[in-house]
Amino acid sequence: KEMTVRDALNSALDEEMSADPSVFLMGEEVGEYQGAYKISKGLLDKYGPDRVLDTPITEAGFTGIGVGAAYQGLRPIVEFMTFNFSMQAIDHIINSAAKSNYMSAGQISVPIVFRGPNGAAAGVGAQHSQCYAAWYAHVPGLKVLTPYSAEDARGLLKAAIRDPDPVIFLENELLYGESFPVSAEVLDSSFCLPIGKAKIEREGKDVTITTFSKMVGYALQAAEILSKEGISAEVINLRSIRPLDRAAINASVRKTNRLVTVEEGFPQHGIGAEICMSVVEESFEYLDAPVERIAGADVPMPYAANLERMAVPQVDDIVRAAKRACYRAVPMAATA
Amino acid sequence: LRTALAVSSDVLAGNKAAQATPAHPAVTREEALELYEDMVLGRIFEDMCAQMYYRGKMFGFVHLYNGQEAVSTGFIKLLNQADCVVSTYRDHVHALSKGVPPRSVMAELFGKATGCCRGQGGSMHMFSAPHNLIGGFAFIGEGIPVATGAAFAAKYRHEVLKESGPDGLDVTLAFFGDGTCNNGQFFECLNMAQLWKLPIVFVVENNLWAIGMSHLRATSDPEIYKKGPAFGMPGVHVDGMDVLKVREVAKEAIERARRGEGPTLVECETYRFRGHSLADPDELRKPDEKTHYAARDPITALKKYIIEQNLATEPELKSIEKNIDNVVEEAVEFADASPHPPRSQLLENVFADPKGFGIGPDGKYRCEDPKFTQGTAQV
Repeated sequence: KEMTVRDALNSALDEEMSADPSVFLMGEEVGEYQGAYKISKGLLDKYGPDRVLDTPITEAGFTGIGVGAAYQGLRPIVEFMTFNFSMQAIDHIINSAAKSNYMSAGQISVPIVFRGPNGAAAGVGAQHSQCYAAWYAHVPGLKVLTPYSAEDARGLLKAAIRDPDPVIFLENELLYGESFPVSAEVLDSSFCLPIGKAKIEREGKDVTITTFSKMVGYALQAAEILSKEGISAEVINLRSIRPLDRAAINASVRKTNRLVTVEEGFPQHGIGAEICMSVVEESFEYLDAPVERIAGADVPMPYAANLERMAVPQVDDIVRAAKRACYRAVPMAATA
Repeated sequence: LRTALAVSSDVLAGNKAAQATPAHPAVTREEALELYEDMVLGRIFEDMCAQMYYRGKMFGFVHLYNGQEAVSTGFIKLLNQADCVVSTYRDHVHALSKGVPPRSVMAELFGKATGCCRGQGGSMHMFSAPHNLIGGFAFIGEGIPVATGAAFAAKYRHEVLKESGPDGLDVTLAFFGDGTCNNGQFFECLNMAQLWKLPIVFVVENNLWAIGMSHLRATSDPEIYKKGPAFGMPGVHVDGMDVLKVREVAKEAIERARRGEGPTLVECETYRFRGHSLADPDELRKPDEKTHYAARDPITALKKYIIEQNLATEPELKSIEKNIDNVVEEAVEFADASPHPPRSQLLENVFADPKGFGIGPDGKYRCEDPKFTQGTAQV
């Protein structure tokens, strides 16, 4: 059986709202409009306007309201129409949500989920097209999840809603319509994935590729191409950026001795940098080649389609990096 | 340039808002003494904080509440335990009025393990879950949405979870200053609170100054209470140096919220007797302005009223003051004698689950523990 990421998210919301009356959804266009990306389709009809709240366009206000409601024991799910708009509310995410459990010495926990599409979209320019994984993963007190498949979307969203801490749940607009095979276990309403565990999407022995969200698909395509050339790539879907599954990453690198990190976000101080450091700390003597980092270009997202394509990692970039790591580099000029 | 006194109750004295409240609403002896005791506690506690700060016992930014006691006391003493208070960086006295023991507040300021947040919050971040004091917020405007969220939760508990108590809705008080009323989150939340009829009272402690920025230089229309009606809610101006007048206005606003009739904006005109924080040289406020408000000290005024009305005698009030002196002395001794937080506490309480940066007692990331999500991963 197959399921789209959109349906996976929708069913996870539906099931968790049905299981726990303290769960509610708020955000712009989540109700009568059925969600800007239709993730909340049907929920208003089922749960009513008390639990599916259309908010005015006031990110700072409604995000803080969600946080205050979580302080008082409710379990809000705050939808950002895109994570770019979370910049208007980042004070509440960092200062009111992430720090309160600590500042109050455990008296005020904040069981809230901030979710919405994240990452490079298509043709929308610099302000609507960027990855916030590294931004939020920098902050103690936040958990940051990045689903790729329908299984991830269901299992991680349900885990996020049940978790007693603030969770940043980074979806990807371009994946919403994509279908993935799902097992009966995944479709069960009790299905839930552990926060902080990566998934080996494809086993391999020559090079490890760590990645998350949409780039998992690219990495899998790259692995397919590499296999035709005799390189066996292991693809790790991180699923959780914070906590980061350092054990899974290091175990894989100790097996393959080579590492390529892939992310859409900006390179400097990014997820790849953190993963590289973890491997240097824990598995330095296992590395047979320098770590390769594939990331978005260090520029605001350009609008022109050809420039935009160059600004985000492509399958070819991953293939080339993996070959370099395996000392089978192809000169840029030969491929260009 | 207009002087800051332009919006004082002296100027407003002729208009309707000021006349609406009776000169001196009646209180019983017990009520009067409770108010007096709470205000004196706030004053003596803060004076002690200044001493302790200069002696190096507390550190960082310490913002004292001297002069504004009538607002905290006038409002918070009307609340139940289940009602919420959301404060700012000037939060010690709100905590005391809500019932947090002075020794836990003092120990928190000393950065001790016995503080109300075990030394992890500090002066600007007072929390006490049992008292429903849900935070001092250090950024201008940050507390308003959180308070609005607490009020939202009260309404949700009542309407969706059917959990409300017999008295009506639990009420949230959001305290903030005049400077905050120029911030977008103030307007965003006035809108949503009225739109959704939330049980909240927005309490503006208009002390006329945002650090060194005069309210009149920062705000196009300095009469803040007028912004309530602009959002469809009542806006009330009250003399924030008169605890009985504050209490009268507060009672109406809180009862209105409790009945489910929605929010009220209350502008309390008050004055802080000290600088913005203990680090503020306070050079911009004119001496005559300070003198004007010093003469309207809310504690002196209440004392005068109590004696004039024969609610208590001078010696009785003296004995309350003496008693509070002892309470505050005892709080300092307690805080001083308390242990510093242990080293192990550094990593605790970052998360409700797991405790401490995801690091378990063995130093390993808790996510490596197979039981990592146990207890939270199942409904």
